[in-house]
Amino acid sequence: MKRAKLGPWLAIVFGMLYFVIPLIGTFEFSLRVRRGEYSFDAYRTVLTDPRFQSSFLYSTVLALATIVVGVLLVVPTAYWIQLRLPKLRPIVEFITLMPLVIPAIVLVFGYLRIYNSSSLLPLTGSEWSTNLLLTCSYVTLALPYMYRAVDTGLRAIDVRSLTEAAESLGAGWPTILFKVIFPNVRVAVLSGAFLTFAIVIGEFTMASLLDRPAFGPYLQLMGANRAYEPSALAIIAFVITWACMGLIQLLGRGPAAAAGKR
Amino acid sequence: MAFLEIENLRKSFGQVAVVQHFDLAIQRGEFVSFLGPSGCGKTTTLRMVAGFEQPTSGAIRINDKDVTGLRPNQRNVGMVFQSYAVFPNMTVADTVGFGLKVAKRPTAEIRPRVEEMLKLIKLPTHAGRYPYQLSGGQQQRVALARALAVKPQVLLLDEPLSALDAKIRISLREEIRSVQRSLGITTIYVTHDQEEALSMSDRIVVMNEGRVEQIGTPFEIYNFPRTRFVASFVGTLNILRGRVVDPATGRIAIDGQEVVAGRGLADAKAGDIRSVALRPEAVTLQDQSADRNKLNGTIEEVSFLGSIVRIRVRFKESAISLDTFNNPGSAPPERGQAATVSFAREDLLALEGAEPS
Repeated sequence: MKRAKLGPWLAIVFGMLYFVIPLIGTFEFSLRVRRGEYSFDAYRTVLTDPRFQSSFLYSTVLALATIVVGVLLVVPTAYWIQLRLPKLRPIVEFITLMPLVIPAIVLVFGYLRIYNSSSLLPLTGSEWSTNLLLTCSYVTLALPYMYRAVDTGLRAIDVRSLTEAAESLGAGWPTILFKVIFPNVRVAVLSGAFLTFAIVIGEFTMASLLDRPAFGPYLQLMGANRAYEPSALAIIAFVITWACMGLIQLLGRGPAAAAGKR
Repeated sequence: MAFLEIENLRKSFGQVAVVQHFDLAIQRGEFVSFLGPSGCGKTTTLRMVAGFEQPTSGAIRINDKDVTGLRPNQRNVGMVFQSYAVFPNMTVADTVGFGLKVAKRPTAEIRPRVEEMLKLIKLPTHAGRYPYQLSGGQQQRVALARALAVKPQVLLLDEPLSALDAKIRISLREEIRSVQRSLGITTIYVTHDQEEALSMSDRIVVMNEGRVEQIGTPFEIYNFPRTRFVASFVGTLNILRGRVVDPATGRIAIDGQEVVAGRGLADAKAGDIRSVALRPEAVTLQDQSADRNKLNGTIEEVSFLGSIVRIRVRFKESAISLDTFNNPGSAPPERGQAATVSFAREDLLALEGAEPS
């Protein structure tokens, strides 16, 4: 019995060491700006850098926009597939997997060909339209994760009966979607939102080739020109990621989430 | 003029007809059950009345208005589902008041109506609870209150008690019927449980393979089944095969012994093989009056079920089960014992249609 318990514990310990040791190494390196002593100078440099603040803010705003567009696109689609068109599910799943297969650089070159300033729809011709283009590309990149998360959430509830119950009480489609379906897939949507946020914050290729002041290109710039600051940035990025995960856990609690425990 | 009229309703999925030639007129305030085995078309018919399925042909009229082409949210029918379908994200009060909020009723109207409904379903103190905090029976009562809160024209219940345990089913069906009576709401109830249908309904529609087998009161359905299916599906039944001796007098021979059927043989010819049905409670070992039918046999099995003793008597090829009340003063008969069963002529029902010999 004791030997049987030792195996899983050993696996957990090795797994944790595998993830934690590089983090500890990165953190330790980021404290070494001053020779002979540990300090948070690298963090001070990063956090007071106006380019860090502006690029992080830019990527955050774009991430939020991507999440909103993604949710408004994916939730009704997944809902309709589940309710009325289950035979289309394999086709839709295939489409949502395409961004995983097609490299981002191919996507962005396609954008530049179709939306360049001499095309019918010159979206690269101004800042706001390029931001719009970047948002759409992020929605595409996040599609596999958002769709899967929402689809899993929808499968956990009796979509058909809930819809029919609401309809029999006089509700139209907007009421059904926003008052019945969305609240009951909140946790799934938040999971998809977190994944979307993580993708957008760290994305480099599209933001760089579309020449937008996003966080990804800023990370690359710091990595190419500084020594200790990139490590500090990496730790900051992890802290933000863990904070997002914590928020999702917190916000995901509620009757809908608790119902899953029953 | 009936309140709810279903005219020649038909539903096909591709080549498969799941509901055929369904005609029914329901009066205002009537409680009608659709009873039948799985796949007989009862739920499909209910869903057509609700608007969740479009009929292939036929019409549905509620209060003299043709609703056949209307969406469910335009028909003002309340529906209660087998899976409860209460909204996990809403409290009991919000769930019950949902339909009223959708109809944009003022808050001053919604609150007292919700309280009234919660009192009706005997959950006045549960307004702030969520579905995961309720039992199955409580959730179904909330679903019922939700459907009734909007004062629907018709109440539709799709096997609402199937997911509940036996004790709760019995108490809840009495509650449903009591609520329905007090509100006088026209109701269609779908079930495969004959006890539910018999105990709750003003009338029962027995369905099989998409067709209506018989429509009648519980008394009529149980005592005067018109087809073999109705006779065997509703209640326990002894079905015997006999050869018609004299259709004019109703004489039929079962395993060589002649008995008289009260009705149903007028259209038969001498020599026809017909099935006859006999309820277990109509058969007795005690009463050997001259005007009763008698069959001589041997006791094959005796099952002591507590207050009931079920006895099976074997003839040459047929057997009859009869139920008697337990009598502590006299022991039940023994297996292998000779026995003569008797039953009244009018209790022997000939079922429709001649059979191959």
